[in-house]
Amino acid sequence: MSYVIMQDVGFLILLIGLGIPLGIYMYKVMLGKKVFLTRVLRPVENVTYKMMGVNPNEEMGAKKYALCALAFSLFGFLFLFLLHLCQGFLPLNPEGLPGTSADLAFNTASSFVTNTNWQAYSGESTLSYLTQMLGLGVQNFVSAATGIAVLFALIKGFTRRQCRTIGNFWADLIRSTVYILLPLSLVVAVLLVSQGVVQTFSSYHDIVTLEGAAGSVPVGPAASQIAIKQLGTNGGGFFGVNSAFPLENPTAFSNLLECWSIFILPVGLCFSFGKAVKDSKQGRAIFLAMLILFVVALIGVTAAELFTAPQFDGAVVSGNMEGKEVRNGVGASSLWAAVTTGASNGSVNSMHDSFTPLGGMIPMFLMQLGEVVFGGVGCGLYGMLAFALLAVFIAGLMVGRTPEYLGKKIEAFDMKMVCLVILAPPLLMLIGPMLTVMNPQTPEWLTNSGPHGFSEILYTYASTGGNNGSAFAGFNANTPFTNLLSGLVMLIVRFVPMVAIIFLGGNLAKKKIVPVSDGTLSTSNGMFVGLLIAVVILVGALSFLPALALGPIAEFFTTLG
Amino acid sequence: MKQTHSKKDIYLDAAGQSFRKLSPRIQMKNPVMLVVYIGAIFITALYFLTFAGVKDGEGWYVLTIAFLLWFTVLFANFAEAIAEGRGRAQADALRRSRRDCKAKKLKEPRPGADYTEVLSNELKPGDVVLVSAGEQVPMDGEVIEGVASVDESAITGESAPVIRESGGDRSAVTGGTTVVSDWLVVKVTAQAGNSFLDKMIAMVEGASRKKTPNEIALQILLVTLTIIFLAVAATLLPFSEFASEQAGEGSAVSLTNIVALLVCLAPTTIGALLSSIGIAGMSRLNQANVLAMSGRAIEAAGDVDVLLLDKTGTITLGNRQASEFLPVCGVTERELADAAQLSSLADETAEGRSIVVLAKERFDIRGRDLSDKHAKFIEFSAQTRMSGVDLCGDEIRKGAADAVKAYVEQKGGEYPQECRTMVEQVANAGGTPLVVARNGKVLGVVYLKDIVKNGVKEKFEDLRKIGIKTIMITGDNPMTAAAIAAEAGVDDFMAEATPETKLELIRQYQKEGHLVAMTGDGTNDAPALAQADVAVAMNSGTQAAKEAGNMVDLDSSPTKLIEVVRIGKQLLMTRGALTTFSIANDVAKYFAIIPVLFAGIFPQLAALNFMHLTSATSAILSAVIYNALIIVALIPLSLKGVKYREVSAGKMLKRNVLIYGLGGIVAPFLAIKLIDIILTFFGIV
Repeated sequence: MSYVIMQDVGFLILLIGLGIPLGIYMYKVMLGKKVFLTRVLRPVENVTYKMMGVNPNEEMGAKKYALCALAFSLFGFLFLFLLHLCQGFLPLNPEGLPGTSADLAFNTASSFVTNTNWQAYSGESTLSYLTQMLGLGVQNFVSAATGIAVLFALIKGFTRRQCRTIGNFWADLIRSTVYILLPLSLVVAVLLVSQGVVQTFSSYHDIVTLEGAAGSVPVGPAASQIAIKQLGTNGGGFFGVNSAFPLENPTAFSNLLECWSIFILPVGLCFSFGKAVKDSKQGRAIFLAMLILFVVALIGVTAAELFTAPQFDGAVVSGNMEGKEVRNGVGASSLWAAVTTGASNGSVNSMHDSFTPLGGMIPMFLMQLGEVVFGGVGCGLYGMLAFALLAVFIAGLMVGRTPEYLGKKIEAFDMKMVCLVILAPPLLMLIGPMLTVMNPQTPEWLTNSGPHGFSEILYTYASTGGNNGSAFAGFNANTPFTNLLSGLVMLIVRFVPMVAIIFLGGNLAKKKIVPVSDGTLSTSNGMFVGLLIAVVILVGALSFLPALALGPIAEFFTTLG
Repeated sequence: MKQTHSKKDIYLDAAGQSFRKLSPRIQMKNPVMLVVYIGAIFITALYFLTFAGVKDGEGWYVLTIAFLLWFTVLFANFAEAIAEGRGRAQADALRRSRRDCKAKKLKEPRPGADYTEVLSNELKPGDVVLVSAGEQVPMDGEVIEGVASVDESAITGESAPVIRESGGDRSAVTGGTTVVSDWLVVKVTAQAGNSFLDKMIAMVEGASRKKTPNEIALQILLVTLTIIFLAVAATLLPFSEFASEQAGEGSAVSLTNIVALLVCLAPTTIGALLSSIGIAGMSRLNQANVLAMSGRAIEAAGDVDVLLLDKTGTITLGNRQASEFLPVCGVTERELADAAQLSSLADETAEGRSIVVLAKERFDIRGRDLSDKHAKFIEFSAQTRMSGVDLCGDEIRKGAADAVKAYVEQKGGEYPQECRTMVEQVANAGGTPLVVARNGKVLGVVYLKDIVKNGVKEKFEDLRKIGIKTIMITGDNPMTAAAIAAEAGVDDFMAEATPETKLELIRQYQKEGHLVAMTGDGTNDAPALAQADVAVAMNSGTQAAKEAGNMVDLDSSPTKLIEVVRIGKQLLMTRGALTTFSIANDVAKYFAIIPVLFAGIFPQLAALNFMHLTSATSAILSAVIYNALIIVALIPLSLKGVKYREVSAGKMLKRNVLIYGLGGIVAPFLAIKLIDIILTFFGIV
């Protein structure tokens, strides 16, 4: 117990302590200011622009910015899709794995382009090293970088006044990749290797177990992939069991490091935001709202796993250990579960399907909130800012002014964009399961019946509809029906809000900045943090309470009695 | 404006209107209520289908829900009709004064010219008409000749007649008003159907009411919430069916219950009251005798953070008053007072009179009748800028410092240094110095003081609390202006203001992102009025000013601006408060409905029914009844507006969140439980 608390507190200290300087660094990078790495990386940046044939100084309006972002993602999607189909004929494939089915290729391409990393397959038995590195690895970087770019397009919308442009997509994309993601993942990869995470091109090792049975241990260039999978809140494991696999996550330190890597960029970006709008308190308020939501969820999961596993007398002492690695235990597994679903990461170090009903509901609910409790790199913060605009809209009216945030008046067009951002996730997370339960084949794909089976379906779409990628498992998702449906869900939930945010930024940039007075609603005090939390929870709860009542809540009450 | 209709009439009329508003064309305009409307039709159809053997629930239950939904729609219609009814009553009164009348159309624009009699609605802009005593002004226009007193009570409700004359800032006349004495030659400026009175009727009636920008933005939010709840409700059927199959118990949720849940969750409270809040805001403005030319202007009033206030009439009493006699060079105060009073006896200006009064108060020098002493009064003229009296060989003069100086020097006298310093001191203190001289010798200075109105300082303090900056506009010199500004407690001032500098000031503030409000009446105010975000033109002002502004103050009171801001803020606050209340209500409704809704599938969920509602039927009925009644209960609030106080945004938010947020969570728990008890008591469920 005390170990669990120490671990969680230590995690938070590391997160905030390093998040603030990193946030300032990212703010400088994204606004083109000089940082200590500029001397080394500027040539790399410039060469990339030349190779891509783009002019990083061209200012773009919202339409052009959105088109570039979409075109870039479409290119990535097609490349990935083809790579999957053709991997059998391509090099770096020591196990000789064949091309995947078209529906799986569609699903996986959608999944990685949208920073979801939902995996309907098992990495080691399906994908070649080339597909993992050139396809998935590259998307791990650029899908995260796209999130940061779009976030800064929105931030420029807040900071610019009466301006028609919001920056250059290519510059934002390349800068965040070259200055932020590449150096950080290098550091994390080296640290992971020091803990024993594998990094090799050799083929799988044949072994004989202690019992004398023959087995095969999959290896590969994992450490580099894992570093970016966590930092970019991607989450797609190199191996099927993800970070529960000892070669992905061998020690307590590697576990803490990976959790830290998942949160560090979303946390840092809150502070970058404050810096960029020239009012650190604004960034801090958003950060606090996210932090409070996260801490409550963390305590909830941990408590549920420690205390609500009632059936087995012996198990109560150590909590619910079913589906958890012994080296991680309840504490590290609960921390990971809260982190990976709070951020839209989706990697796992334990079986969420085996969590207690409430312990499993909290991670699911974190995703259903729309991935704004730190959320994905860039997209978590821009999602939360959409909620902030919503909170400001209602609260602002109550002080007798047309609402404004950071001096920008929130008008009909802005509300339309905000509503698209907020509407997309819950809508898809409800329609996905609806179509699934209406499919007569569905019961065959479930390993559990009753409310738990329903939870598995809900979780699947909470995960894909939140661009998270975490799997509850227990639900066979590699079927053409689910591959296509969840692929579509991932694409819509990524790109509709993204385009809405870009246009929101474009529209905000055109406005004047209203000066602050005593009549202005403060968006940096405790009251506002409270309101923001209330709005996030209210929208989530109102959308999902009936569904959750039929899943985990029903399961909780039925297991009670 | 006068209220002629009784309350009872309005209620009866509104009740009728609520049924007329059931037409789909009207329902289409309000998406949230449209969902309820369709739900009501659907459930009604379900009830009739029960006779055809399609059974969704007990017949009486389906019918009851159908009725409740229809009532919800009717209540929403009623709320809107009541708000409109109040406006319509005002409009009817106005319409009575708009009847057509005969007009004397002049062939030439001069009073004695021949005229033909035409009907007022045949007049065109540019026509010239003669209006004699006892006749109605046929159409809006500009007086080009004559002076007359005009009874404007039909529009302003103010019974005292006002003077209208050609030239200057009192040249506008409004169609529908009556000339009481003398005659006017009026050049028509508006066409029938587009006159000030027509616009006014349309505005108060709400006929030309368009949704305001903020209302549209809020509507988008409400529609979004409704879409989410539509999805929640639509998925409930397959979810519950799947769950019951999996559990092997219970059955899918009935369609009646799904629609009932949807209606409870959709933001119907604010959806039903949204338009009545807007109409009522407009009515409140009308009751304050201010006419907004668009709903947009009221919203802008809530956002205003810079007020430009004219010094005279708003901050200070219209006239300066003598407050001190300051003698120089050994002259006694009494001597100065005596001379000053003598020179002012014939001075009919307020300043002059105040000197007479001050001398009487201080030294008991009474006004004297000078008619027998061969007194010759010198009137103030623009050339000499002095006034005075020649009496028994004495020449007494009073006037502005430099004018008197020139006079003294011309007489060969000396303008003393002491006087110069004194004049400066008075000016620095915000006063106007008036130098008095006798026979070329300076006697001293009369201190004319601008009297700051009672209570304005506190008013500006209140405005500062809600983040509004007050700026005093005056033609005075900077020193005088600064002193008065300090005394009145305004945040800033503009001295030696001209129409151009005023316009520039507004542009400057707007460039910095501020929203600026001002009042004006003169033609030269028109450009500034057109530039300001909220521009209140005085009804007594010129046609040009009225057209440039986006509000007209029928009382022509310069302090009205502050009232306008208050009404604007209150309107926005009411919208925000009821939205919060409406959404917060959903929490309780969920807790009432969800546990019982799935009780058939998972009986264990009854543990969540901590309100201990009697049964599933009673829980849903109670929630739906609450949902309908709360609309009626909140109609008075939507018409009156939430309580408004001049406090900072933070305090205001705290207060409103507590009342409407927290209150919105708690109230329905209590109310639903209460309704449940009543239903159970009467054995209905």
